[in-house]
Amino acid sequence: MRLDYVIRRVFLFVVITWLAATLNFFLPRISGQDPVREKLLQQAMSGGYVHTGMEEMVASYEQKFGLDQPLWSQYITYLGQMARLDFGYSIANYPRTVWAILGESVPWTVGLLLTSTVLAFAIGTVLGALLAWPRANKIVHVLFPPLLTLSAIPYFLLGLVLIYIFAFQLNWLPLFGGYTAGSFPEFSWSHAIDILRHSLLPALSILLSSLGFWALGMRGMMVTVQGEDYMTYAEAMGMKNRTLFFHYAIRNALLPQTTQLGLALSTILSGAILVEVIFSYPGIGTVLYQAIRQFDYFLLQGIIFTIVVGVTLATLILDLIYPILDPRISYGRQ
Amino acid sequence: MWRYLRRNKILLVGLFLIGFLAVFTIAGYLFWDVQMYRPLSAPANQSPSWDHPFGTDRQGRDLLATIIAGTPLTLYIGVLAGAIGVTVGTVLALVSAYYGGFWDTIIRGIVDVGLTIPALLVLILIAVSIQGGLSVTMMAVVVASLSWLWPTRTIRSQVLSIKERAYVQIAKLSGTSGLGVIIKELLPNLLPYILATFVGSTAAAILASVGLEVLGLGPMDSPTLGMTIYWVQFNAALLHGMWWWFLPPIIVIIMLFVGLFATSVGLDELANPRTRRAV
Repeated sequence: MRLDYVIRRVFLFVVITWLAATLNFFLPRISGQDPVREKLLQQAMSGGYVHTGMEEMVASYEQKFGLDQPLWSQYITYLGQMARLDFGYSIANYPRTVWAILGESVPWTVGLLLTSTVLAFAIGTVLGALLAWPRANKIVHVLFPPLLTLSAIPYFLLGLVLIYIFAFQLNWLPLFGGYTAGSFPEFSWSHAIDILRHSLLPALSILLSSLGFWALGMRGMMVTVQGEDYMTYAEAMGMKNRTLFFHYAIRNALLPQTTQLGLALSTILSGAILVEVIFSYPGIGTVLYQAIRQFDYFLLQGIIFTIVVGVTLATLILDLIYPILDPRISYGRQ
Repeated sequence: MWRYLRRNKILLVGLFLIGFLAVFTIAGYLFWDVQMYRPLSAPANQSPSWDHPFGTDRQGRDLLATIIAGTPLTLYIGVLAGAIGVTVGTVLALVSAYYGGFWDTIIRGIVDVGLTIPALLVLILIAVSIQGGLSVTMMAVVVASLSWLWPTRTIRSQVLSIKERAYVQIAKLSGTSGLGVIIKELLPNLLPYILATFVGSTAAAILASVGLEVLGLGPMDSPTLGMTIYWVQFNAALLHGMWWWFLPPIIVIIMLFVGLFATSVGLDELANPRTRRAV
């Protein structure tokens, strides 16, 4: 792998991170909304307190959050805080820091996404390979139209349908949440099974609607690979169908498929956020939904920054792995 | 035309689904009192009956009227955002691919960076920042602010391959100006491709707008399909088993997406006959 490629990729990562922080800082400020004042007003309205002392409260909070400084100095402070991953306090749940809330929710999202995406990638790839394989069982061809239809449906809509069928009508699986409310999180079999039961439907809705995407890509690649000379040669050598399929065709078609993974990452994540909202799954998507509903700007910014950096970092890692996986990928200057 | 459609079955499926929704909407406006999409226009929580074939929701909207009014609104957001995205994308792609050089580097850089950032999050940030509720048109504009990225990339690569073809070279050699080549030679040959991209970005824009609406960032007083799903979620209609409330918008959205997806794949086949039978 060439050094200048690595440097360029890392530089791009830094640029995107900076851009995310900057957008995060300036976009809410363009609107001229004042998060602290709004939040306090909202609380005052719902709690029915008297409005006297409101201005002093706003002033003291603004000082606390540094909102009384000039814009450029706020920006510099903000960038510094972002670099140290210090997202400040949540306005809606004041004494708690954004970081603590994120720490609780991120593992749920990562767990859900990792499992469902890896499964979708593996199953979809094999299905796609079988679809293009002339000697495969014809049954897979029956699967193709429904898979394609599913891939056009947003994850969360499929999720709604699944909840209604499996959780509400058949009562097989829980309706919402990440674990049974009131149960104590502990390391035990019953709790693990509880978590698994809760994650089954959200994972299934992501899995089912992303299968078609992977199958379609793999199918195209397999068609190309089958036209290659080495396939004809291997076939002429009298190799077993199995060996041909796994060792010659799939192995070579798989590499471009992995590059798709990096490109699809942000789409999958956007979809998963909505799935979490639909299922009230305790991940980052649900927290984002709460933050939007409560006008919790600091939490919102923290989540958006974390997700953008997370996705960019994952893409960076994938991009650095590809040239090792596939030496044919050349990232020379254009 | 008909003979081509019979060969290109997927395009036929797509056009049929979109056509069906169009007929449904037009017939709805002709034969149903669509004003009943407003809250309190019917008794609340009614299951389907002759008076209200799709039932009513918790705020007393007639759900048939809501779907009839919402389908064109949702499609409007998608088409407007998709059209803005493809127009901006085509211009940028032509500038970037045909002229190359400095602007190409800049445009490609922005697109590469922009596509890595999950679009929904930036849209959330924009939607939260806009003061007061969004109107349906504002919604489309918000979605359009990022919908040009993908068209720019795909159309750019198409321009790169077309501009090397012999007829473009000949046009250049016979002294046609840069703009002339773009308008007379490149655009007509890009047209089917642009159309396929347009349908694709319309679907993407609808997906983004429905996503924002489900998160509660949509036009609160408009009966778009996404807002109906938001109210379903907000009122926990699922837990009350009010299937008549959430099933129709889901089915219509699914028909819309499958229809647009099939149309875009079908148009792609029309634009690139070489990849025929790709799906």
